[in-house]
Amino acid sequence: MIVTTTKGDMDDSLLVKKEGTIDNDIELTTWVEYWLDDELVHRSAHVTLKTSPFMDLIAASMG
Amino acid sequence: MANTQSMCTSFLGELLSATHNFSSSNPAHTANTADTFKAALYYTTATINAATTAYTSTGEVSGTNYTAGGVSVTNATNPTSTNSSATAGVGYWTPSASIVYSTVTISTAFDTVLLYNSTQSNKAVSVHTFGAQTITAGTFTLTMPSNTTSTALLRLSTT
Repeated sequence: MIVTTTKGDMDDSLLVKKEGTIDNDIELTTWVEYWLDDELVHRSAHVTLKTSPFMDLIAASMG
Repeated sequence: MANTQSMCTSFLGELLSATHNFSSSNPAHTANTADTFKAALYYTTATINAATTAYTSTGEVSGTNYTAGGVSVTNATNPTSTNSSATAGVGYWTPSASIVYSTVTISTAFDTVLLYNSTQSNKAVSVHTFGAQTITAGTFTLTMPSNTTSTALLRLSTT
C-alpha cells in the first residue's frame, strides 16, 4: 500500500506502522503512524464524537 | 489556557432572533437556503469555550494544507424535532457527513473544533473537544455522532 509521507509517497513495506485507540465517554479515536527509521513520516487520526453540548430550554409559567 | 466543550452562549440568543438557519426549508427566511457552517481546529493552548461569540484566528491551528477558517460542514439533513412526552421534546441537528482535513500537517497538539456560521458573520455555534492530536502528512477525520434525540451534535431539549 502506498502511504503519503513527509518524504513523498512510499510503500508501507519500507515503514514501521504503529496504531492506537482511545475509547472513553467523549470519543472513539483511532490513529496510525508510519515511521522511517526513527522519524515520524505520517500520522493520521480519526475521531468519532460520542457526546456533545446539550441545551436545556425552559418555558416559564405565567401567572 | 484551555478549551471547553460547550454550546456558545451567544448562540442561545441568536436562535431567538432566527440568526442561524440550519434548514434548506425555512419560511422565516426569504430564501430556502441553509446557511454555510464551517469547522475550525484549535490548539490545546487556545481558549475556546461558551464565551466564544465568533470564529477567531487566535489559537487556530496552522500547517501544511490547513486553510485558516477550517472546512465547510456538510449539511444535507434539516433539523428535526420530536416530542418525548406531552411536556417535553428535543430539537436536534447533526452534520450529514464527517468533517475531514485531508493531507495536512499540524505539528502542535490540538484538541478542539469550533462550529460556526460563515454565512452570518462567522457567529459561533458550539465547541467540541477531544483528546489532543497531531497530524503528519495525514488526514484528520471527525466523525459525527448519530443524528438522534440523545446523541445528535446539537440538541435543544425541554424536560
